[in-house]
Amino acid sequence: MSILDSAKQAMMGAIVRLTPDAPPDPLIGRHGAVGSQLSRIDGPLKVAGKARFAAEVPYDDLLFAAVLFSRVARGRITSLDTSGAKAAPGVALVMTYQNAPRMGAPKIMGESPMAGGPSNLPVMQDDRIHWNGQPVAVVLAETQEQADYAKSLIRIAYEVEPAITSFEAAKAHAHPPESVLGEPPALETGDAEAALAEAAFRVDNLYRTPRHNHNAIELHAVTVVWDDGSLTIHDASQMVHQTAWTIADMFGIGEDKVRVISPFVGGGFGGKCMWYHQVLAAAASKLAERPVRLVLSREGVFRSVGGRTCTEQRVALGAKADGTLAALIHTGVVAMTTHNSCPEQFSFPARHLYAADAIKLAQEVADMDMLANTFMRAPGESVGTFALESAIDELAIAMNIDPIELRRRCEPEKDPTSGAEFSSRHIIEAYRRGGERFGWHRRNPVPRSTRDGEWLIGHGVATATYPYYRMPGAGARITLSADGHALVQIATHEMGMGTATVQVQHAADRLGLPIHQVSFEYGDTTLPMGTIAGGSNQTASVVAAVRAASDALFDELLRLAGNSSPLAGLKADELEARDGGLVSMQDPTRAENYAAILKRAGRDELAIEASAPPPIEVQKYSMHSYGAQFCEVRVNETTGETRVSRFVGSFDTGRILNPKTAASQFRGGIIMGLGLALTEETMFDERTGRIMNPSLAEYHVPVHLDVPHIEVIWNDIPDPHSPLGLHGIGEIGITGVGAAVANAIFNATGKRIRELPITLDKLL
Amino acid sequence: MRFIINEHSIEADVDVRTSLLDLLRDHLGLTGTKKGCNQGACGACTVLVDGERINSCLALAVQYQDREILTIEGLGTIGDLHPLQAAFIEYDGFQCGYCTPGQICSAVAMIGEIRRGLPSALTEDLALEQIGFSEDEIRERMSGNLCRCGAYNGIIEAIRATYAEESAQEREAAA
Repeated sequence: MSILDSAKQAMMGAIVRLTPDAPPDPLIGRHGAVGSQLSRIDGPLKVAGKARFAAEVPYDDLLFAAVLFSRVARGRITSLDTSGAKAAPGVALVMTYQNAPRMGAPKIMGESPMAGGPSNLPVMQDDRIHWNGQPVAVVLAETQEQADYAKSLIRIAYEVEPAITSFEAAKAHAHPPESVLGEPPALETGDAEAALAEAAFRVDNLYRTPRHNHNAIELHAVTVVWDDGSLTIHDASQMVHQTAWTIADMFGIGEDKVRVISPFVGGGFGGKCMWYHQVLAAAASKLAERPVRLVLSREGVFRSVGGRTCTEQRVALGAKADGTLAALIHTGVVAMTTHNSCPEQFSFPARHLYAADAIKLAQEVADMDMLANTFMRAPGESVGTFALESAIDELAIAMNIDPIELRRRCEPEKDPTSGAEFSSRHIIEAYRRGGERFGWHRRNPVPRSTRDGEWLIGHGVATATYPYYRMPGAGARITLSADGHALVQIATHEMGMGTATVQVQHAADRLGLPIHQVSFEYGDTTLPMGTIAGGSNQTASVVAAVRAASDALFDELLRLAGNSSPLAGLKADELEARDGGLVSMQDPTRAENYAAILKRAGRDELAIEASAPPPIEVQKYSMHSYGAQFCEVRVNETTGETRVSRFVGSFDTGRILNPKTAASQFRGGIIMGLGLALTEETMFDERTGRIMNPSLAEYHVPVHLDVPHIEVIWNDIPDPHSPLGLHGIGEIGITGVGAAVANAIFNATGKRIRELPITLDKLL
Repeated sequence: MRFIINEHSIEADVDVRTSLLDLLRDHLGLTGTKKGCNQGACGACTVLVDGERINSCLALAVQYQDREILTIEGLGTIGDLHPLQAAFIEYDGFQCGYCTPGQICSAVAMIGEIRRGLPSALTEDLALEQIGFSEDEIRERMSGNLCRCGAYNGIIEAIRATYAEESAQEREAAA
């Protein structure tokens, strides 16, 4: 960041802090549909196998695609023989860089609000190879079997160039990224190294986390069709508008010429943004002049859809005799490429969690020749909390105090790096409630002191944390019908978070309607633009947009109601929505329902669209969610196998909108955290840059038997500064889990493992 | 080729290389059966053949002619859900819903295996004629069905609630 940018940001910060708070959302204290255990409204479709995913949209005349991937990490294609493939039965097209339509390079996500490209590399436009696994050819045929067979007949020769495929080698040239999601890559207050050297108690260690892949069970898939210069993409997407804009930009057509539809997404976790397959399918379909379905193989997903990058982190903590921190140092390096921007913000937790006299934080990136890495569930926080929260545990052991007590002593009054006030922080309460539920006071703090036969038993705890985000730019449309039904539309995303369910609950309360009178449409670029499903921002962003639309709707209803209405003379802020209409808060006898207002005005329906106000709250306050993750493990002394036998997650995430779907979100995050802790690793061949375990048989996600009953509880204390008092909860569940498990394993065995995943070999 | 799918006789002219999964999804429009890996590693494609669960991605369609194939579409419909489908909704046994048809089909066959006294790796007494419905017994038997959203707790609760109830009703009827 330049000095000028920093100065501008500081000035903006000062202006924002002086801006008065928006009045709290009037629905914060109200009980209605929000807060109820509504079952998923798309449940019947999903359990009956009738929810239609991207690869399931039928078209006559459909062609099936197969994608061939490069086997070298860097170089150029010297010869291409596609004659055998072209002559194979059923083949309609073989596309390579030689015949692909000319397209501009994608604009990278973050470059502008609408850009969504995974990297700025051109897609199949030249003979250059940038990573081992880059798509080099697409075959279209009448059936999938024919396409797969024809693909095997393509012959390609490469001229191989030296590539950086060793993280060790790349680290030698590590450098700070331009920014880490808009934050400076390095921060320093005081002289942390000197404070560390003089501290009464010290821990100073390196922690390593491997590459991960999202591995949503639905394969990345698109069904695409061109019609008169317009492109429709049935996608599995967590960012429909940015995908449409970026692809339109690449093809040099208007953004209104690309429609992305994505009503159901079979798991995303950060992996279902825009990648190369959407572009390749669209390009091949354009050449073949027929609709195309492209479903990546599981191997294809590993080759061409990025995952979480690897990290090497140093955490050093220096404590004074009273247990407060004199120094907090969290630095490290991650692998990235020169053609993307995703520096895995592992230092973010340390920016907000603990008070320390001196703080030093620094992130670097090491450039490698590999597939662009990307966001995966709690990018940064998931692996950053593994290092930081392991180190806190190590410090507590060095000081011989309880790790929860150590955290209590380091609790800051204000955000330790920004100085901003916390909007809502009840982390100690989460620890208290979680500890009670888990029975923390009964744990034996002496390592390797509890056993059951050959099983060593241990207990560990760690802090979970994830920021509150609300992204700008979301708009919503509400259409109120004369029969009192409301249709809410916004191009948001449902990947299993419960978006549609919770937004129906919200709109019902906002509009004073029963749930069955509200419907919700999403996942289509013809609707008002929402925000990407990322950063756990979606619920807050959509709620704010729908609230803006409902405010505008009430203004318009008042205008339509006119002078003969019981509402005449009242202002919108004197009203509340209740029982299918508007009611004076002062005098409940002054009320009129929507149907009556529309009927008198001679209207069949009323449609209003509005956008959410900018998210001033996130600039004014330090807004984060917190949690306390408690874990019990059993480690087999003979085999080194770790089994998680109990888990309690206690969360402080604002107000919970639907306890049923929220519990699933928390548990899902924790379970992905158990995979991160114990089994998950994308193995990268440092000689060739090739991923060695591109399958679900060799990349080990948790299965049924790996997962005990997980208890989740929450404070349910609303954040006065957020819509509905809510915080997004999609990502916090995974944070802290790696450290909670590692800390429990230390308590069980006396072995401190600082490199994930904690596999059997590391415990023998 | 002639197939019996969800009690209907269906003629289809497909390549002998076509998997049962691709036959269902790409040729017959029965897309309730899902493709998650095409390698037999995730269980999303689970269907029942003569009452037994198989990974349809590892099965060549040509080998399954004239067998009784049951898919999620044949198990229940939106208006008339199978009790286990309803329990999945009640206990939130899914999030994205993609692995769900496979989980449900797998569970239906799995219960049959328990009732027939087929032991699992966790069954301690192999001589038992009646194997219990313990949580771990079900977890072990369902471990071939992956769920990346992590709805495992809800899935186990849905299975236990459905079949504990059914078993109780059966006992009552027998009495």
